[in-house]
Amino acid sequence: MTRELLDPTSERSPLKRERLARPASLSGQVVGLLDIHKPRGDIFLDQLEVLLADAGAKVRRYQKPTFTKPAPVDLRHEIATQCTLVIEALAD
Amino acid sequence: MNEQETLPDGLVVVVKRDCATCAMVAPLLSDLGAAVYTQDDPTFPEGVAAIHDHDLEVSWHHDIETVPTLIKVEGGVEVERTVGWVRDEWRRLTGNPQLGDELPAFRPGCGSLSVDPDRVDALRARFSGDILKARRLELAELDDEMELLFDRGFTDGLPVMPPTAERVLRMLQGTKRAPDEVVAVVAPDLVELTVEKAAINAVMAGCKPEYLPWVLAAIEAVCSDEFNIHGVLATTMPVGPVIVCNGPGTRAIGMNSGVNAMGQGNRANLTIGRAVQLIIRNVGGGRPGEVDRATHGNPGKLSFCFAEREDDSPFTSLAVSRGCSPADNAVTVFAGEGPRCIVDQKVRTAEELANVFAACLRTLHNPKLVYGFDAILVIGPEHAHVCAEASWDRERLLAEIHQRLQLAGADLVWGAGGIADGVPEQFRDATLPKFRADGILLVHAGGSAGLFSAMIGGWVNGEMGSQPVTRLVAE
Repeated sequence: MTRELLDPTSERSPLKRERLARPASLSGQVVGLLDIHKPRGDIFLDQLEVLLADAGAKVRRYQKPTFTKPAPVDLRHEIATQCTLVIEALAD
Repeated sequence: MNEQETLPDGLVVVVKRDCATCAMVAPLLSDLGAAVYTQDDPTFPEGVAAIHDHDLEVSWHHDIETVPTLIKVEGGVEVERTVGWVRDEWRRLTGNPQLGDELPAFRPGCGSLSVDPDRVDALRARFSGDILKARRLELAELDDEMELLFDRGFTDGLPVMPPTAERVLRMLQGTKRAPDEVVAVVAPDLVELTVEKAAINAVMAGCKPEYLPWVLAAIEAVCSDEFNIHGVLATTMPVGPVIVCNGPGTRAIGMNSGVNAMGQGNRANLTIGRAVQLIIRNVGGGRPGEVDRATHGNPGKLSFCFAEREDDSPFTSLAVSRGCSPADNAVTVFAGEGPRCIVDQKVRTAEELANVFAACLRTLHNPKLVYGFDAILVIGPEHAHVCAEASWDRERLLAEIHQRLQLAGADLVWGAGGIADGVPEQFRDATLPKFRADGILLVHAGGSAGLFSAMIGGWVNGEMGSQPVTRLVAE
């Protein structure tokens, strides 16, 4: 059975939360590359780093301790405070 | 009404097996020619082709509160009913003067399953849920409803009760007002607040249904032009709606006016105030850091609501002083900061009490700022007793305080006493009152022990600021 709650708001905002707008350019952006710690993910991210650097972005690399669990809160905080964009990758 | 809801013409009886009175009348039913609805057991009564009201829809739609209920239907319309076993009534409705000769004249019935407290909320949601117009938020299978409400920004920082249709419909039982009735226009977004939206937020705040009329009265008062909630939100001062409740209804719903009246621990006090704040946040869009620009805020902005201790007060109540009758239920809203204690454990005369009240009230916000701010003076019972001994009533006490707060302009001008703020130099030779004439609101509250009172400072008063507003509580 579907669980439902009643909306307590003025209903002026859409129910589905909007995604952030795409940046107009990568130039000057700080892009975090989060390696989820699956084998060979680093190879893919190395290539992405080259492409992003060519587009004028500054790249910072991060890695989860294990792909089996969500990123630790400290790591999420680190990325959120250091980066303007983040790309999380990668499965096999 | 759909087909299921229309009863067949003739006699209709509603019974359940788990009822001694139903079991007693069961042998009579096969000869009545009545349509028999059974609530719990489809094989009951034996020897009768009973219709199983398995989902209680028939019972719900025909307001069956007691079983057995005998109903007479003509042309699809109920014309008469009797509940329980009243032999004369059953004989009259069935037209059988010998009916139940061997039975006692009277046996009370049992509660219908359709009004069973454990089932009634779900039944109301199922059969009356379409009166709710609010948008539905669907939860995914793995969603944690408490976390979802935080994530959506619907809470004040504390967990809220998830507003399900069952709970909101139950909350609406607390008022006679229609769910779609507009209660107020809530700033800052100037959105029309319906009774239903108020009920949703009251559920989230933790209110019981009987608190809802108080929430509605308080939010009406808060959203009045005089109170000016937009300004109260937008100011950098630490104020929010302080709600003082008066009248016999405060006792009926279990509000606290005694020990720790302004503190934690009482559901009615805490949740009525919280519901008002959640409405401002969720319906009005008034959120901290957005339109709410308070430099510090105060913990009372979660909820600040208490009742006046009227039973043993030597004073007329706040509501009566503002035009209500003692029998009225009323709320008074005040744009206030947190309470500050006034201590005098040596005081024995009313004059001494007026002295200490005046000295403490003088310091409100800044000892050199006058006339622009009101205050609530919450007088504790032991301090009030000192007034009662001297036969000082509300008017006398307030007059004595005001008299002591006529201040010399020379002490108040900018820079005087080494304090920058104050009044312009042109008032140096004037005598200025700390408060405007009706600027102190006296309320009797608190526990019986302790020679203490409390003061609650206000925001800017007058037409540019916020005026205290009193509203009656409607059923």
